[in-house]
Amino acid sequence: MKLELSAQQKNYQAGFRAFVNQEICPDASEWDRKEFTPPELIKKVAEQGFLGVILPQEYGGKGMDIITYGILNEEIGRGCSSVRSLLTVHNMVSYALCKWGNKFQKGYWLPKLASGEIIAAFALSEPNVGSDAKSVETTATLTGDTYVLNGEKKWITYGQIADVFLVFAKCGGKPTAFLVEKNSPGLSIKPMFGILGTRASMVAKLQFDNCQVSLENLVGKLGFGFSYIASSALDYGRYSVAWGCVGIAQACLEACIKYTNERQQFGVYLKEHQLIRQKITQMITNVKAARLLCYQAGYLKDINDPTSITETSIAKYFASTVATKVANDTVQIHGGNGCSSEYPVERYLRDSKIMEIIEGSTQIQEITIAESGYQDYLFSSFNTDLIKIY
Amino acid sequence: MNEIQGRIKTFLSKFFASHDLQVDEDIFGLGFVNSMFAMQLVLFVEQEFHIDIENEDLEFENFRTINSIAKLVERKTAILVQ
Repeated sequence: MKLELSAQQKNYQAGFRAFVNQEICPDASEWDRKEFTPPELIKKVAEQGFLGVILPQEYGGKGMDIITYGILNEEIGRGCSSVRSLLTVHNMVSYALCKWGNKFQKGYWLPKLASGEIIAAFALSEPNVGSDAKSVETTATLTGDTYVLNGEKKWITYGQIADVFLVFAKCGGKPTAFLVEKNSPGLSIKPMFGILGTRASMVAKLQFDNCQVSLENLVGKLGFGFSYIASSALDYGRYSVAWGCVGIAQACLEACIKYTNERQQFGVYLKEHQLIRQKITQMITNVKAARLLCYQAGYLKDINDPTSITETSIAKYFASTVATKVANDTVQIHGGNGCSSEYPVERYLRDSKIMEIIEGSTQIQEITIAESGYQDYLFSSFNTDLIKIY
Repeated sequence: MNEIQGRIKTFLSKFFASHDLQVDEDIFGLGFVNSMFAMQLVLFVEQEFHIDIENEDLEFENFRTINSIAKLVERKTAILVQ
């Protein structure tokens, strides 16, 4: 076993870090306050190829390996969770199309997605439907040579600026995925404001009133929308979010190292207080553990291992709960300053909480991971021996 | 049961507990299928038999039984050989 980044991955990491330090960190808090991501920044992200990272080169993508994609998510997440969420949703749609789209859809959409010529968003959640995603109330009806969509989507990340949405609706009771372009007749987009975290992610509501979608925009087949198309996209989303959480926690750790090295109380630097050192130790350990789980999930994804699905859930579960804890401790260490927007750490705390809710809440992960545990421990040959022992 | 069917059954047995899954038994009808399972099944078939499951393979009939999954594998493998 060798657990080390390749020279190429290290080079990418250094490049990502430099980009984030220069283009994202200085302004991320301002974007958060304004609840807005500047188009110039998105253009720079696209020029770097970050919007086509996971797509094959034949479609204009970078064709990067999944570990490098993870590292990119960590670095962007370290700077701004909103911008990282752009990578997440755009690449979720790109991946779903690359995996499940037909030849025409791949040839038409993927080059545009890879270059960032168009931005994609993932439209699953609804006012009445969150964790119970299979119960979407949006409907699609085949009328002549078009599908007609009716319903509402909510909390759609970057919905305000997306050019195309991967929308999930019930067609004859069967969960089905559709590509819906922003200018489709019958689609209206309303911005949402005042969200707790990832405030610059330009969240929107989508209203479908007899929205017409052409037959060629059906993705996959009727009835496969949730169990295959949405699920594979969400798996990639969880992977991206897990790494993004490592980025938040790393940003918190770096902020605390700096702050406790500069601020004095009771005549000594904060870092000299043992209770501070305890928190720093917990942060260092938890960040490393979360990153290792992400590496593990990435490695399994790289070899197409079926256990990668559960391992990605475990990585997301651990990294998101760690991010919340680390961010909470970071605000505590910063005291009054931590409660002020003069420091980025209050943003890290608000953003981390969002990470425990999106792409499968902490509680949903607890259900699925436990279920997987029972399968592993009760029915594998290894654990049949284990059960006999006890 | 042939070799392909056997490998599929070994994988599925983890999800179907102590139930002795038969080659023509409807796995959707047993009530264990969720989205995590569906994705794991796709990854298993792809990794185990070195094939790609694509858009045109998305038919419930292709995944309904051990036998139908084995036939899908044989079909896809034959295409690869050609």
